Amino acid sequence: MAIKLKTPISEEDIRKLHAGDIVYLDGTVYTGRDEVHIHALEAIEKGGKPPVDFERMVVYHCGPIMKKVGEEWTLVAAGPTTSSRMNSLEPKFIEKFRPAGIIGKGGMSQPTVDAMKKFGAVYFAITGGAAVLAAQGVKKVHGVHWFELGMPEAIWVLEAENLGPLTVGIDSHGNSLFADVNKSVQGRLGKIREKLGIA
Amino acid sequence: MITEDLVREVALDLLRRTVTRLPADVEKGLKDAFESETEEVPKMQLKAILENIKLAKDNVKPVCQDTGITIFYVSMPTGVEIDVEKAITEGVRQATKEVPLRPNAVHPMTRKNPGDNVGLRMPYFNYKFWDRDYLEITVMAKGAGSENMSKLAMLTPSQGIKGIKEFVLNEVVRASGNPCPPTIVGLGIGGSADISGKLAKEALMRPIDQPNEDPEIAKLEKELKEALNELGIGPMGLGGKTTVLGVNIEYAYCHTASLPVSLNFQCWAARRGTVQIHPDGTVKHITHEG
Repeated sequence: MAIKLKTPISEEDIRKLHAGDIVYLDGTVYTGRDEVHIHALEAIEKGGKPPVDFERMVVYHCGPIMKKVGEEWTLVAAGPTTSSRMNSLEPKFIEKFRPAGIIGKGGMSQPTVDAMKKFGAVYFAITGGAAVLAAQGVKKVHGVHWFELGMPEAIWVLEAENLGPLTVGIDSHGNSLFADVNKSVQGRLGKIREKLGIA
Repeated sequence: MITEDLVREVALDLLRRTVTRLPADVEKGLKDAFESETEEVPKMQLKAILENIKLAKDNVKPVCQDTGITIFYVSMPTGVEIDVEKAITEGVRQATKEVPLRPNAVHPMTRKNPGDNVGLRMPYFNYKFWDRDYLEITVMAKGAGSENMSKLAMLTPSQGIKGIKEFVLNEVVRASGNPCPPTIVGLGIGGSADISGKLAKEALMRPIDQPNEDPEIAKLEKELKEALNELGIGPMGLGGKTTVLGVNIEYAYCHTASLPVSLNFQCWAARRGTVQIHPDGTVKHITHEG
């Protein structure tokens, strides 16, 4: 059964989610990847703050293709980027900004799993490369911040409507589907090595 | 007549076709993968992928928002006196606006983005001069998700084929779900450090249903593909039977003291396209007809 959620999402609702759950998302979602993580953390270190409040909101690891039609930005394609690039920044980002969720692909490392457990956040996996499908889950582009970072790296304010299917890849209880898969892969390696004659 | 204007138009059209439609062999590979998966999680990932391919094609929108950097392979007939590079570069600029492509090309150190996918040595051109009378242009629109997971190993000759297998296995495990599996694994074996890298990418230009012409190499491709699909990494690294759609290998003779091996990952959204421009100006699309 798919679960419907709308941002902002309370910690209570996030704690109800478990790895493997399927979620469809409504409400405001912010894109943010390498540069947004770097600049948001820099801003807060200097006593400032980023132009949007991420608290209990969802950050999407995504650098979309946007097209300006008249004065309005329209979304062309918006699949996820590789989340592991943010591995070194995400735990601190979660601690400082307290988002309810991160959407991305490929999963994230243990420090992020730990931060999600501590601060009540989850990681939603969305199918990588499926950019037109994902764009169908965005009904409006509200605006853009930090556009000077370039189209892929800016903060795009998206209005999601039925964005998904999202798979809870990391829950707020310390479970990670990616870690599970990795563990079973390690378990299979011996037999595969034998077969390839490299044991 | 092959004119600069025609080349620019063709480059633009080739890019539009290439980023909005996948080659037939890749689409078939993904459909077969969907059929072969039995668990719900990988089936759902592949269903989303196939739905997305159809949506992109029907709406002429980029399959993936990462439309990559543009790498061109140009085969030149003799007697072409126009500036092909300038014309294709202009086509890239125009495609960035009109398709549109995501402006991905940035200065490597300042990270400044000119916004048009053009900069020093970008688009990147590989040339071949041949005795045919037509101009052939192949483009690879290469995304960063898969490229970032790519790797070079300077093995020693004594490590041999076993070393190559070990390297490939370890790297596919290391990359896990990051390069958007199911991937195509391109291997360049031999040559030198740089030559093996080029060969690994060229290997990705070959359709996945076409094994290497050398039966021994074809055997290794098949053996590696089967082994990698036993890993269980699956579509998007969420588990499943399909980790790779294929393993393609190209090789070159190398120094007796070395064994360079490059691995280049291609995500499932394998955007490669080829077009020919004949002397009378006729344009023939090879990978993306219609």
